[in-house]
Amino acid sequence: MSLLDVRDLSVVFQRRGERPFTAVDKVSFTVEPGQTVGLVGESGCGKSVTSLAIMGLLPKRGNKVTGEVLFEGTDLLKLRPDDMRDRRGREISMIFQDPLSSLNPVIPIGIQVAEVLERHQGRDRKQALRESRELLDAVGIPDPQRRLTEYPHQISGGMRQRALIAIALACKPRLLIADEPTTALDVTIQAQILTLLKQLVDETGTALVMITHDLGVVAGLCDTVNVLYGGKVVERERRHELFAHARHPYTHGLLNSVPRLDSPRGERLHAIRGSVADNIPWVEGCAFAPRCDNVVDACLEGPPPLEPTATGGDLRCNNPVSEEVAVR
Amino acid sequence: MSDPTTQAGTPAPRSGDDKPRPGMSERSIGVLGDRKKARLDELARASAADRGGVSLVRDAARRLRRNPVAIIGAAIVGLFVLVAIFAPLIAPHDPVQRFDELTKNLTVDTIPGASGEFPLGSDPLGRDFLSRMIYGARQTLFVGVLATLIGLALGVLIGAIAGAFGGWVDVVLMRLTDVMLALPSLLLAITLVAMASRSSQWTVIFAVAIVSVPIFARLLRGSMLAQRESDHVLAARALGVKERNIVLRHMLPNSLTAVIVQATLTFAVAILDAAALSFLGLGDPDINRAEWGLMLGVDGQRYFEVRPELAYYPALAIIVVALGFTLLGEAMREAIDPKNRR
Ligand SMILES: Nc1ncnc2c1ncn2[C@@H]1O[C@H](COP(=O)(O)OP(=O)(O)OP(=O)(O)O)[C@@H](O)[C@H]1O
Ligand code: SF4
Ligand SMILES: [Mg+2]
Repeated sequence: MSLLDVRDLSVVFQRRGERPFTAVDKVSFTVEPGQTVGLVGESGCGKSVTSLAIMGLLPKRGNKVTGEVLFEGTDLLKLRPDDMRDRRGREISMIFQDPLSSLNPVIPIGIQVAEVLERHQGRDRKQALRESRELLDAVGIPDPQRRLTEYPHQISGGMRQRALIAIALACKPRLLIADEPTTALDVTIQAQILTLLKQLVDETGTALVMITHDLGVVAGLCDTVNVLYGGKVVERERRHELFAHARHPYTHGLLNSVPRLDSPRGERLHAIRGSVADNIPWVEGCAFAPRCDNVVDACLEGPPPLEPTATGGDLRCNNPVSEEVAVR
Repeated sequence: MSDPTTQAGTPAPRSGDDKPRPGMSERSIGVLGDRKKARLDELARASAADRGGVSLVRDAARRLRRNPVAIIGAAIVGLFVLVAIFAPLIAPHDPVQRFDELTKNLTVDTIPGASGEFPLGSDPLGRDFLSRMIYGARQTLFVGVLATLIGLALGVLIGAIAGAFGGWVDVVLMRLTDVMLALPSLLLAITLVAMASRSSQWTVIFAVAIVSVPIFARLLRGSMLAQRESDHVLAARALGVKERNIVLRHMLPNSLTAVIVQATLTFAVAILDAAALSFLGLGDPDINRAEWGLMLGVDGQRYFEVRPELAYYPALAIIVVALGFTLLGEAMREAIDPKNRR
């Protein structure tokens, strides 16, 4: 049994007087225990909404979530709010993009770590603070004793994200969802945080869902990669397959727009034409069609199905990039 | 935003074989003797206590100290509070005693002016005007503080309930405050005082408090609702924090600063309103009580032609003190604004 099995997850936002908007459209993917899975795609493709739906953190009103989110066989979407609350932070944790605003500004860092331990592990304050110091130390925060009493605005961005990681992993959850955890950080700090995350999930056996728009992040981290476009999974591959020969024109475009050390001199980077705003609705055809170089007639006659590939992945495309072209 | 010193201190990530270690100091001073280690730990703890305590409040306080407007406001407020507290020590005379040397010179159109023993002269009843002014600070502080505190307590209660529960509770409470806000504050106070069977300083305090309730309630509710949508509340939810603690540990404390600043501003309004009520004759009927609004309204008005100082001094005192609280409040509002945080 997979640790997390997301089946046909859809999120439709419906505001009064507005047309319903499908932000996540029948997304399915699985995460095995200890595995690292990437969710990749441009801004607005539904990555954050997917993760919030899994966590049960979408606003109570104004949206409709359908499908199944099986966590060790239990459908999280059907749990009572109290039961789900008991699991959050203990079995499934999440870290967000902006480390400063994710921390409570009026509570010292150490207390914020300690409170999770008190909440889920029934520790008393003294014991929790001791463990909190060890946790801060384990995520590489120098002088953790001092940090216990410092407030979020007093420490650097990189350290705040480390503190958030410590908080998220305090109860040794089986699954960690990281929503663009490095986007708000300096490039040098980004690499450190990613290395730290990888090291910690490896040590603790925590499975990781890595949400990012940056294929560079995926390259060093993920076992499997799900590429999202317009709320749907368009390609799923194991990491090496994906980087070796991405078949979907969108993935292909993403890869070609990343600079590579081994590309021939003088070769130009290719940006994908247009922007996400150029989508067409999936019911009409392939949402990527207006930006696609490979578009064929079938692409405008309805949504292409997600079909298994020879390499063990899945692909949603009528006219994929051929293998020879894909290998650069 | 980021602090360069701490940034530089962030170490490179440790490799996998580097198991968690108990404390930084243990590795870096492994060659030292135990006594030296203990001494170092002690120093580290001391510096932690030193630096660690710089809370948001202290951070704001530091910015306040650099702001001349805040300093002027604080100086006025500080002086006023000191005078109020130490009135019995500062005042040269008993504020209610009628002095023969003053009363014997009182006529329909003369009130004795400054003389050696009575620096501001007499009031219409032959009492020492300076001492009454000094005791007036006390009465004004008393009325202002109580009115503000009562308004704050009720307002915070209503605002917190509305912000925490939302839904129909919020709707009902906010309609209620809408009604209160729609009434002109002084008019509401006048009505309240008129409704009370006999006026006393308590009707004034309560009237002024009631007027400030909707302001506090609205302010707190608004900032609690904003907090509800904030990232750290979402992050707390992602950790399974219970709703009660989301309200008490996240939403409420992060909303209070705005309310506290408002309290300073409300204090200014409170003493102005209280003075206005006294001026209109709706204040405390006790003729012995020295109160600036009363002094201005009754004596100042009646004897303005005879001795205008009787109006000038209380009016000036009210204006300066209200200004002091307003300056301080505005400076505080600026200081706690996160946009100004380093
Ligand atoms: N509460 C909401 N109400 C209505 N629409 C929403 C809401 N939240 C998100 N959306 C919409 O859902 C779509 C997907 O948003 P989402 O935040 O998941 O994007 P994302 O892939 O995380 O992008 P980014 O890289 O910018 O974080 C967007 O078009 C967004 O406008
Ligand atoms: S289905 Fe058609 S339009 Fe869509 S990506 Fe494939 S080729 Fe391009
Ligand atoms: Mg997002």
